[in-house]
Amino acid sequence: MGFGQLPYDVAHVLGGAMLLVSFVLLYQRRIAALVNALALQGCLLAAAAVWQGYVQGAPQLYVTGLIALAAKGIAIPVFLHRMMRSRMPDRAVEPVGSIGLCMLGGVLLVALAILVVLPATTGARALAREDLAIALSIVLLGLLTMITRRSALGQVAGLMTLENGLVLGAVGVAGMPLVIELSTAGLVLVIIVIAGFFARLLRERFDSLDTDMLHPHRGEGQ
Amino acid sequence: MLTLLGLCFLALLGLAVWGGSGRAPRAMFLGCAACMAGLGLVGGAALTGLGLPATPLPIGPPWAPSLIAVDALSGWFLLILALVGLPAALFAAASPAPPRAEGAAFPLFLAGMAGVLVAADGFSMLLGFEAMSLASWGLIAARHPRGPGRRTARLYLGFAIFSGLCLIAGFALLAPAGLSFAAIRAAPPEGWRAGVVLMLVLLGAGSKMGLAPFHVWLPLAHPAAATPASALMSGAMVKVALYVMLRMLLDLSGPAQPLWWGLPLVAAGAATALIGGLRANLEQDIKAALACSTLENMGLMVIGIGLALVFRGADLRPLAALALAAVLLHALNHAGFKALLFLCAGAVASLAGSRDPDRLGGLIHRMPWVAGCALLGAASAAALPPFSGFASEWLLLQSLIQGWRVAEMSVQLLAAATLAVAGMAIGLAAAAMVRFAGLVFLGRPRTPMAAGARDATGLMRAALLVPAVASAALAILAAPVLALGGGAIAVLLGPNARAPVAGFDLALGEVGARYAPWAVAGLLALATVLILLAVKNRSKHEPVRGPAWDCGFLPPPAHLPFGDPLSQVSAAGLGQPIRRSLGAVALTLSERHGAAPPGSPQPATLRVEAEDRGFSHVLQPLRRLRQALSREAEALRNLTLRAYLSISFGTLVLLLALVAWLERE
Repeated sequence: MGFGQLPYDVAHVLGGAMLLVSFVLLYQRRIAALVNALALQGCLLAAAAVWQGYVQGAPQLYVTGLIALAAKGIAIPVFLHRMMRSRMPDRAVEPVGSIGLCMLGGVLLVALAILVVLPATTGARALAREDLAIALSIVLLGLLTMITRRSALGQVAGLMTLENGLVLGAVGVAGMPLVIELSTAGLVLVIIVIAGFFARLLRERFDSLDTDMLHPHRGEGQ
Repeated sequence: MLTLLGLCFLALLGLAVWGGSGRAPRAMFLGCAACMAGLGLVGGAALTGLGLPATPLPIGPPWAPSLIAVDALSGWFLLILALVGLPAALFAAASPAPPRAEGAAFPLFLAGMAGVLVAADGFSMLLGFEAMSLASWGLIAARHPRGPGRRTARLYLGFAIFSGLCLIAGFALLAPAGLSFAAIRAAPPEGWRAGVVLMLVLLGAGSKMGLAPFHVWLPLAHPAAATPASALMSGAMVKVALYVMLRMLLDLSGPAQPLWWGLPLVAAGAATALIGGLRANLEQDIKAALACSTLENMGLMVIGIGLALVFRGADLRPLAALALAAVLLHALNHAGFKALLFLCAGAVASLAGSRDPDRLGGLIHRMPWVAGCALLGAASAAALPPFSGFASEWLLLQSLIQGWRVAEMSVQLLAAATLAVAGMAIGLAAAAMVRFAGLVFLGRPRTPMAAGARDATGLMRAALLVPAVASAALAILAAPVLALGGGAIAVLLGPNARAPVAGFDLALGEVGARYAPWAVAGLLALATVLILLAVKNRSKHEPVRGPAWDCGFLPPPAHLPFGDPLSQVSAAGLGQPIRRSLGAVALTLSERHGAAPPGSPQPATLRVEAEDRGFSHVLQPLRRLRQALSREAEALRNLTLRAYLSISFGTLVLLLALVAWLERE
């Protein structure tokens, strides 16, 4: 199976689209658009998982896809949209550092991921190799997003991207055990982080989601 | 052979348990002495050709059994260990019962040293080395629950850990194929690996034997232990480090190492010898002065190892054998006279009540046995011609003089400079021995304790006589003993190398320089007897015993029956010329003069504070570095969330980049 065959091409297109959305997440400054991009990435992940389930003949991947679609494609974005409207109607834009530098760093990370994965997996199927390279790129981009964003929502976006990358890597490898459990666990982690951020914000009645305001409250004293 | 060796080891381990229980310490120490005699027999048998080939033991690390072997080199050093260990154990048996921890650590210390000497794989050797380090730390710490002695023990432990780590790293580099010595010899290190091994051995074994600049702990730690432990540390433990250095550099690293390998050893040895000889003249404590003299002797031996490496690298095997013979013979001689001197110092400390020369003096009248033994040891350490230290230092200087035979100009110059430095160190050591013997045993007593001291008796006298007789025998029989050690030279330099011996003489070839100890001793004895006879029979007057000369001072008042102590030279006063002229080479000195105000009858005071330059140039920078690092680490504690994330992200990317780079190869 290689370039020009349908299973490979479709998987490649879906993975590439997720990578593209990761770049969108990296630079998008409008919060509404950021949440929409997250939803799009969740849907793409669901499609990728279902396609892999079809190609590998592994019905448990359909479940993974359904979970991804329901939680990441629909539930979390809807919740975030509602939160945005009620908590911070006037902060529709959040500052991001130099966009050009971020994009350059992202491109370098993708190149690094390819340099690491492709030589390490000689002998594996081409589909799995490409898939792993894309998944590692998405993970790294998610980490980069978490670093460059200042707001809590930006960090949530980064964490979700990271988790999406992990699930994509897991579904791309034929015969990987515990894929459903893995994706569910990642999901629970993301939800807990989101809940933690907002619970804290609600309790302490901040008018901002800027995590810089949390720093004096880590209990270490200044 | 194997049975005797195994019995000695098992007995030592059993004795450690016994010593820990604290019951009947005298019998326990006598058992240690018997084990030392047994190990000495094993060593002697190995020298006469009855060695033990590499034998696997039923115990060992998970990957391979431990191997032991006794070849001629091990045998020679086992003999050294026995020569120090036997009298030290006898002396310990004659001393008051030690703390229980010391009773447990003493046999373990002996077993650790013997374990290093008989090991035939890296793991066993390191195990023995660490046991030796830990047990000797225990011997110091058991005597000092707190205070400056405890700080000394901690300093020593720090250096011991450092040397252990360096040796572990050295063996890791030596042994890609396996830890057994046979496997290492089959694949000796080359290129940068060999260079790093040399550096690690120099740091590891060197810091254990007090090689500059890692010598600062030795003059503090060796005197801090009890006397038998001091004798063992100064006489035997440094020799075990020397054995490790010989084994790893000359044997395991193969014969094809380049000439420059010897140069760092020669330089470090010369510096150590000079520092040791200098400091031995300036110490107030007699045991510390003896420990400094150990530094000087170890420096000379390391010069010899360096010369052997240089000559071997230049393909001058007979000269390499000459330098190596000097090292081996000096190791044996030094073990004999240093054990003797330390035990004498311990006897003086316990019977005359002090280790400070300013509280001793005139002991030759009260303690003739101890004084006789100490004077023999001091004459040997000062390398006076018929005594034992002379033969080996003569060999060493001869091999330095032969340095011009190496074609490289740099080696020739270094050998010439080292010859001057070594000669100066030997002279300083002789001055230190004059100071030691003169202040402690000659003159008049400085305190009532010294005036009322009793001589060593019984077991303690026997403990002094063993190394004294051995030193005297080594003085006359240097050549036959060295011929016996020819096997050890053959182990390191190949079967054709032989010791520079001709009959009862030490000789450099058929027509070269030659030293006949028996002839020198005989002529000196003859001259002495003749002079005695002439004085006795030819003199017109009867011999008269007069009062001791008081340096021109007034007769002492009635309340000072032994004379005014201030009219005798003090330890600091005797060392002052050397301190003023050369002290700054090794020490950071500060003198404070406290002149009395005009009209006051108070005496003027002079306070001298000295600190080894190793502290200010090695330990202080290390401490500053540690503090700077901990400050940097402290700054990491109060970062923002993003900074923490960036750090982990950066680490991840770096590791991935490393993986990508490694995969390209």
